[in-house]
Amino acid sequence: MGHERRLRIKTLLVVLTMVLCADIGDILLKRGMTQVGAVQLTWPGLVQAFHLTIFNGMIWTGIFFLAAFLASYMTVLSWADYSYVMPAGAFGYALLALLAVVFLHESVSPKRWLGVMLICVGVLLVGQTKPRTTGEARA
Amino acid sequence: MIQDKLLFAVLILGGTGGEIAVTYGMKVTGEPSELRPVAVLKFLGRAICSGWFWLGVPLMATSFYALLVLLSWKPVSYVIPMSAMSYVVGTLGAKYILGEDVTAARWMGVCLVCAGVAIVAVG
Repeated sequence: MGHERRLRIKTLLVVLTMVLCADIGDILLKRGMTQVGAVQLTWPGLVQAFHLTIFNGMIWTGIFFLAAFLASYMTVLSWADYSYVMPAGAFGYALLALLAVVFLHESVSPKRWLGVMLICVGVLLVGQTKPRTTGEARA
Repeated sequence: MIQDKLLFAVLILGGTGGEIAVTYGMKVTGEPSELRPVAVLKFLGRAICSGWFWLGVPLMATSFYALLVLLSWKPVSYVIPMSAMSYVVGTLGAKYILGEDVTAARWMGVCLVCAGVAIVAVG
Protein backbone atom coordinates (compact mmCIF):
# COMPACT_ATOMS: atom_id res chain seq x y z
CA MET A 1 0.00 0.00 0.00
CA GLY A 2 1.44 3.41 -0.98
CA HIS A 3 2.41 6.03 1.59
CA GLU A 4 -0.25 8.46 0.32
CA ARG A 5 -3.00 5.83 0.53
CA ARG A 6 -1.95 4.77 4.03
CA LEU A 7 -1.94 8.41 5.15
CA ARG A 8 -5.45 8.92 3.72
CA ILE A 9 -6.85 5.80 5.42
CA LYS A 10 -5.17 6.68 8.75
CA THR A 11 -6.53 10.25 8.59
CA LEU A 12 -10.06 9.16 7.68
CA LEU A 13 -10.10 6.55 10.47
CA VAL A 14 -9.01 9.08 13.11
CA VAL A 15 -11.48 11.72 11.77
CA LEU A 16 -14.26 9.11 11.94
CA THR A 17 -13.25 8.23 15.54
CA MET A 18 -13.25 11.96 16.35
CA VAL A 19 -16.72 12.49 14.88
CA LEU A 20 -18.18 9.34 16.50
CA CYS A 21 -16.76 10.25 19.93
CA ALA A 22 -18.11 13.82 19.70
CA ASP A 23 -21.60 12.67 18.67
CA ILE A 24 -21.81 9.81 21.20
CA GLY A 25 -20.56 12.20 23.90
CA ASP A 26 -23.21 14.81 22.98
CA ILE A 27 -26.00 12.20 22.96
CA LEU A 28 -24.93 10.74 26.33
CA LEU A 29 -24.79 14.26 27.83
CA LYS A 30 -28.27 14.96 26.47
CA ARG A 31 -29.59 11.66 27.95
CA GLY A 32 -27.82 12.31 31.25
CA MET A 33 -29.17 15.85 31.53
CA THR A 34 -32.68 14.56 30.69
CA GLN A 35 -32.34 12.18 33.68
CA VAL A 36 -31.17 15.10 35.85
CA GLY A 37 -34.20 17.14 34.75
CA ALA A 38 -34.62 20.83 33.92
CA VAL A 39 -32.10 22.87 35.93
CA GLN A 40 -33.62 25.65 38.04
CA LEU A 41 -31.58 28.85 37.73
CA THR A 42 -31.56 29.51 41.48
CA TRP A 43 -28.72 28.81 43.93
CA PRO A 44 -30.40 25.71 45.51
CA GLY A 45 -31.47 24.54 42.05
CA LEU A 46 -27.91 24.80 40.72
CA VAL A 47 -26.46 23.01 43.77
CA GLN A 48 -28.98 20.17 43.41
CA ALA A 49 -28.27 19.88 39.67
CA PHE A 50 -24.52 19.79 40.38
CA HIS A 51 -24.97 16.90 42.85
CA LEU A 52 -27.22 14.97 40.48
CA THR A 53 -24.79 15.59 37.61
CA ILE A 54 -21.60 14.39 39.32
CA PHE A 55 -23.27 11.12 40.41
CA ASN A 56 -24.72 10.42 36.96
CA GLY A 57 -22.83 7.66 35.13
CA MET A 58 -24.30 8.63 31.75
CA ILE A 59 -22.80 12.14 32.06
CA TRP A 60 -19.36 10.78 33.04
CA THR A 61 -19.44 8.39 30.08
CA GLY A 62 -20.35 11.37 27.86
CA ILE A 63 -17.41 13.35 29.27
CA PHE A 64 -15.11 10.36 28.59
CA PHE A 65 -16.21 10.32 24.93
CA LEU A 66 -15.75 14.10 24.61
CA ALA A 67 -12.21 13.74 26.05
CA ALA A 68 -11.56 11.00 23.47
CA PHE A 69 -12.84 13.42 20.79
CA LEU A 70 -10.33 16.07 21.92
CA ALA A 71 -7.48 13.52 22.00
CA SER A 72 -8.26 12.28 18.47
CA TYR A 73 -8.68 15.87 17.18
CA MET A 74 -5.26 16.87 18.54
CA THR A 75 -3.70 13.66 17.21
CA VAL A 76 -5.01 14.01 13.66
CA LEU A 77 -3.92 17.67 13.50
CA SER A 78 -0.34 16.56 14.20
CA TRP A 79 -0.08 15.34 10.59
CA ALA A 80 -3.20 16.36 8.63
CA ASP A 81 -4.15 19.80 7.29
CA TYR A 82 -6.47 21.95 9.39
CA SER A 83 -8.37 22.82 6.19
CA TYR A 84 -8.94 19.06 5.69
CA VAL A 85 -9.89 18.07 9.26
CA MET A 86 -12.17 21.04 9.98
CA PRO A 87 -14.72 20.51 7.14
CA ALA A 88 -14.41 16.70 7.39
CA GLY A 89 -15.37 17.02 11.06
CA ALA A 90 -18.66 18.63 9.98
CA PHE A 91 -19.73 15.10 9.00
CA GLY A 92 -20.61 14.95 12.70
CA TYR A 93 -23.68 17.12 12.01
CA ALA A 94 -24.91 14.55 9.48
CA LEU A 95 -24.21 11.63 11.81
CA LEU A 96 -25.84 13.46 14.72
CA ALA A 97 -29.05 13.87 12.71
CA LEU A 98 -29.09 10.09 12.09
CA LEU A 99 -28.27 9.25 15.73
CA ALA A 100 -30.95 11.69 16.97
CA VAL A 101 -33.55 9.93 14.80
CA VAL A 102 -32.46 6.41 15.79
CA PHE A 103 -31.65 6.82 19.51
CA LEU A 104 -33.52 9.93 20.67
CA HIS A 105 -36.54 9.41 18.32
CA GLU A 106 -36.39 13.07 17.28
CA SER A 107 -37.92 14.17 13.97
CA VAL A 108 -35.73 15.88 11.39
CA SER A 109 -37.28 18.36 8.93
CA PRO A 110 -36.73 18.03 5.12
CA LYS A 111 -34.78 21.31 5.17
CA ARG A 112 -32.39 19.84 7.75
CA TRP A 113 -31.95 16.69 5.62
CA LEU A 114 -31.04 18.99 2.69
CA GLY A 115 -28.38 20.62 4.88
CA VAL A 116 -27.12 17.16 5.90
CA MET A 117 -26.87 16.19 2.22
CA LEU A 118 -24.86 19.34 1.37
CA ILE A 119 -22.51 18.60 4.28
CA CYS A 120 -22.01 15.01 3.07
CA VAL A 121 -21.22 16.13 -0.51
CA GLY A 122 -18.86 18.82 0.86
CA VAL A 123 -17.09 16.28 3.10
CA LEU A 124 -16.79 13.85 0.16
CA LEU A 125 -15.19 16.60 -1.95
CA VAL A 126 -12.73 17.53 0.82
CA GLY A 127 -12.05 13.82 1.37
CA GLN A 128 -10.81 13.52 -2.23
CA THR A 129 -8.01 16.05 -1.60
CA LYS A 130 -4.60 15.26 -0.06
CA PRO A 131 -4.84 15.09 3.76
CA ARG A 132 -1.40 16.70 4.14
CA THR A 133 -0.08 19.46 1.88
CA THR A 134 2.56 20.92 4.20
CA GLY A 135 5.91 19.36 5.19
CA GLU A 136 6.59 16.92 8.03
CA ALA A 137 6.68 18.12 11.69
CA ARG A 138 8.21 21.58 12.10
CA ALA A 139 10.25 20.74 15.20
CA MET B 1 -25.66 46.54 16.60
CA ILE B 2 -21.95 47.29 16.77
CA GLN B 3 -21.77 45.04 19.83
CA ASP B 4 -23.27 42.16 17.80
CA LYS B 5 -20.72 42.61 15.03
CA LEU B 6 -17.86 42.80 17.51
CA LEU B 7 -19.02 39.62 19.23
CA PHE B 8 -19.39 37.78 15.91
CA ALA B 9 -15.82 38.87 15.10
CA VAL B 10 -14.64 37.51 18.48
CA LEU B 11 -16.62 34.29 17.90
CA ILE B 12 -15.22 33.62 14.43
CA LEU B 13 -11.69 35.05 14.73
CA GLY B 14 -11.17 33.75 18.28
CA GLY B 15 -12.37 30.25 17.40
CA THR B 16 -10.43 29.89 14.16
CA GLY B 17 -7.37 31.70 15.60
CA GLY B 18 -7.39 29.29 18.55
CA GLU B 19 -7.71 26.23 16.34
CA ILE B 20 -4.94 27.46 14.05
CA ALA B 21 -2.66 27.99 17.07
CA VAL B 22 -3.46 24.47 18.36
CA THR B 23 -2.86 23.02 14.87
CA TYR B 24 0.52 24.75 14.68
CA GLY B 25 1.34 23.44 18.17
CA MET B 26 0.48 19.87 17.12
CA LYS B 27 2.63 20.17 13.98
CA VAL B 28 5.52 21.46 16.11
CA THR B 29 5.02 18.57 18.54
CA GLY B 30 5.17 16.03 15.71
CA GLU B 31 2.86 13.07 15.20
CA PRO B 32 2.78 10.07 17.59
CA SER B 33 5.17 7.25 16.66
CA GLU B 34 2.20 4.85 16.35
CA LEU B 35 -1.55 4.95 16.95
CA ARG B 36 -1.51 2.92 20.18
CA PRO B 37 -2.85 4.25 23.51
CA VAL B 38 0.58 4.62 25.18
CA ALA B 39 2.15 6.41 22.20
CA VAL B 40 -0.90 8.70 21.83
CA LEU B 41 -0.89 9.54 25.57
CA LYS B 42 2.84 10.36 25.38
CA PHE B 43 2.13 12.57 22.35
CA LEU B 44 -0.72 14.35 24.20
CA GLY B 45 1.60 14.90 27.18
CA ARG B 46 4.18 16.55 24.88
CA ALA B 47 1.44 18.51 23.06
CA ILE B 48 0.03 20.18 26.17
CA CYS B 49 3.53 21.45 27.03
CA SER B 50 3.48 23.48 23.81
CA GLY B 51 3.03 27.25 24.19
CA TRP B 52 0.93 27.26 21.01
CA PHE B 53 -1.57 24.94 22.69
CA TRP B 54 -1.92 27.36 25.61
CA LEU B 55 -2.29 30.29 23.21
CA GLY B 56 -5.09 28.44 21.41
CA VAL B 57 -7.10 27.34 24.44
CA PRO B 58 -7.93 30.84 25.83
CA LEU B 59 -8.75 32.05 22.31
CA MET B 60 -11.22 29.17 21.89
CA ALA B 61 -12.61 29.79 25.38
CA THR B 62 -13.17 33.48 24.54
CA SER B 63 -14.88 32.46 21.32
CA PHE B 64 -17.13 30.04 23.23
CA TYR B 65 -18.03 32.80 25.71
CA ALA B 66 -18.92 35.10 22.79
CA LEU B 67 -21.16 32.30 21.44
CA LEU B 68 -22.97 32.00 24.78
CA VAL B 69 -23.54 35.78 24.96
CA LEU B 70 -24.75 35.91 21.34
CA LEU B 71 -27.13 33.01 21.99
CA SER B 72 -28.60 34.97 24.89
CA TRP B 73 -29.22 37.97 22.59
CA LYS B 74 -30.18 36.41 19.26
CA PRO B 75 -32.06 33.30 18.06
CA VAL B 76 -29.98 30.18 17.50
CA SER B 77 -31.22 30.06 13.88
CA TYR B 78 -29.35 33.35 13.31
CA VAL B 79 -26.23 32.75 15.42
CA ILE B 80 -25.25 29.26 14.18
CA PRO B 81 -25.59 29.99 10.41
CA MET B 82 -23.49 33.14 10.95
CA SER B 83 -20.92 31.12 12.90
CA ALA B 84 -20.68 28.68 9.96
CA MET B 85 -18.56 31.43 8.35
CA SER B 86 -15.80 29.99 10.55
CA TYR B 87 -15.30 27.28 7.91
CA VAL B 88 -14.39 29.89 5.29
CA VAL B 89 -12.31 32.05 7.67
CA GLY B 90 -10.56 28.92 9.01
CA THR B 91 -9.69 27.80 5.48
CA LEU B 92 -8.28 31.27 4.68
CA GLY B 93 -6.20 31.04 7.89
CA ALA B 94 -5.02 27.54 6.95
CA LYS B 95 -3.93 28.82 3.54
CA TYR B 96 -2.25 32.08 4.53
CA ILE B 97 -1.01 31.35 8.07
CA LEU B 98 -0.32 27.61 8.05
CA GLY B 99 0.70 27.56 4.37
CA GLU B 100 -1.65 24.72 3.40
CA ASP B 101 -2.43 24.13 -0.26
CA VAL B 102 -6.18 24.69 -0.57
CA THR B 103 -7.23 23.35 -3.96
CA ALA B 104 -10.41 24.32 -5.83
CA ALA B 105 -12.02 20.99 -4.81
CA ARG B 106 -11.28 21.68 -1.15
CA TRP B 107 -12.70 25.22 -1.43
CA MET B 108 -15.84 23.86 -3.04
CA GLY B 109 -16.18 21.26 -0.28
CA VAL B 110 -15.70 23.89 2.43
CA CYS B 111 -18.37 26.16 0.85
CA LEU B 112 -20.86 23.25 0.64
CA VAL B 113 -20.17 22.31 4.27
CA CYS B 114 -20.60 25.96 5.30
CA ALA B 115 -23.96 26.19 3.47
CA GLY B 116 -25.03 22.79 4.85
CA VAL B 117 -24.29 23.74 8.46
CA ALA B 118 -26.21 27.01 8.01
CA ILE B 119 -29.24 25.16 6.56
CA VAL B 120 -29.15 22.49 9.30
CA ALA B 121 -29.23 25.25 11.93
CA VAL B 122 -32.15 27.06 10.28
CA GLY B 123 -34.05 23.84 9.43
